[in-house]
Amino acid sequence: MIPVSTYLGKDLIGLQHLSSDQIRAILDTAEPFKEISERPIKKVPVLRGKTIVNLFFEPSTRTRVSFEFAEKRLSADTVNIAATGSSVTKGETLVDTARNLEAMRIDMVVIRHGASGSARFLADRIPSNVVNAGDGRHEHPTQALLDMLTIRDHTRRLEGVRVCIVGDILHSRVARSNIWGLLKLGAEVAVCGPRSLLPADIESLGVAVFSRIEEAIEWAEVLNVLRLQLERMQAGYVPTLREYNRIFGVTRERVERAPRDLLILHPGPMNRGVEIDSDVADGPHSVILNQVTNGVAVRMAVLYLLAGGAPERAEEAKHGG
Amino acid sequence: MTEPERQLVMDERAVAETIARLAREIVDAIRPAETMSLLGIQRRGIQLAERIADEIESLTGERPPVGSLDITLYRDDLMAIGPRPVVGQTRLPAGGIDGRTMVVVDDVFYTGRTVRAALDELSDFGRPARILLCVLVERTGRELPIRPDFVGRFVETAHGERVDVLVPELDGRMAVERVTRGREET
Repeated sequence: MIPVSTYLGKDLIGLQHLSSDQIRAILDTAEPFKEISERPIKKVPVLRGKTIVNLFFEPSTRTRVSFEFAEKRLSADTVNIAATGSSVTKGETLVDTARNLEAMRIDMVVIRHGASGSARFLADRIPSNVVNAGDGRHEHPTQALLDMLTIRDHTRRLEGVRVCIVGDILHSRVARSNIWGLLKLGAEVAVCGPRSLLPADIESLGVAVFSRIEEAIEWAEVLNVLRLQLERMQAGYVPTLREYNRIFGVTRERVERAPRDLLILHPGPMNRGVEIDSDVADGPHSVILNQVTNGVAVRMAVLYLLAGGAPERAEEAKHGG
Repeated sequence: MTEPERQLVMDERAVAETIARLAREIVDAIRPAETMSLLGIQRRGIQLAERIADEIESLTGERPPVGSLDITLYRDDLMAIGPRPVVGQTRLPAGGIDGRTMVVVDDVFYTGRTVRAALDELSDFGRPARILLCVLVERTGRELPIRPDFVGRFVETAHGERVDVLVPELDGRMAVERVTRGREET
């Protein structure tokens, strides 16, 4: 039995309020789930009879497909709802949408929404388990968990590992979840990016700041390179994409000058030639596709842990012999 | 709660002798021996399967492939129980399971539900030619029409009692004990 102190509760909204033991329990649970995707029949009967709604108010391919694979490999029944073509575009509120779904007797909701706090808002109002698949600039916990699992696969530990997150930290829920999760597990965390794309109080979170990518590469063992959203340029945060690439791009020349073997992560989708060069993305240091594989295992682990009963029933869970 | 009372059923030497006897029975029952693979059920079934494989090697000169099976995700009480059981690794033996004679090894046979789960899980992996069940201890309390083919020792138990198999890798020593009260670790 996993210790009661690692019980996740009803929902997974973010990593900020989880303990290091809870985060470690998710990562450790993901390990055996990796193997299920290698089986001839990629399915175990854990969530048989459970209904899960993937409620995506923002476009997403990778995350939605990853959740859907995780759900299906646990034998859950799944329904996907995208913001376009649903009653959402007719002005229905989030809670009304969720209550209508609840009335059809669902068990879990995976939500992606543009508003920070929307996942918590929903979780407080419906009895189903809620998993945050990205809410505004707030958190994207399963992405950070799969990043941490991928790092741990290669470094064997997270304590003391030096991870630098590169790019648009200000608007990034991936950065926020990574910072909280990595710090809790004892990693050293830094960020690197244009000052205009770093939160003003970033140092107060306990992370170092590099204004030059060369310094970041000199320091780091792991680079987690974030996507530069192209609309940031229109909004005036960065002058041009070429300029961004020249100053902050993770290029082969820069990676080759690193004093040690770097591990390169990217949550996708990539802008090749902007924040990361193709030589690096497809190169020997890249674990970008390992991240995608691990994403399914991490999400299976989260769904498995959340779907469990309440801790007070642990006593009944005797081994059946 | 009173301290659980532990009573020795088999000491290290008795366990070793029993494992050697089980290995002989398995070798006698499965011919040709090359078609045989062992599959230990997490957690203590794995250490027992490794020891049985060692004994089979000393009898036949050939060590059968050994794998491990975690049945947690196939438990029939998974939705009813509290916070999640820890899931262990499943690793099929070299050579796979299709067409093989699989000897499933577990420490204690009790209700039969673990074996039911193991059979379901195995059938998702492929189609063995034959599946046999080997346990170090069979105790009272069967709930399903499943019974082991090879039994080390039958132990009469009352309700509320349990039987613990201890292995050096996890418990620091090798023994079988009957325990009254106390909570079981899974």
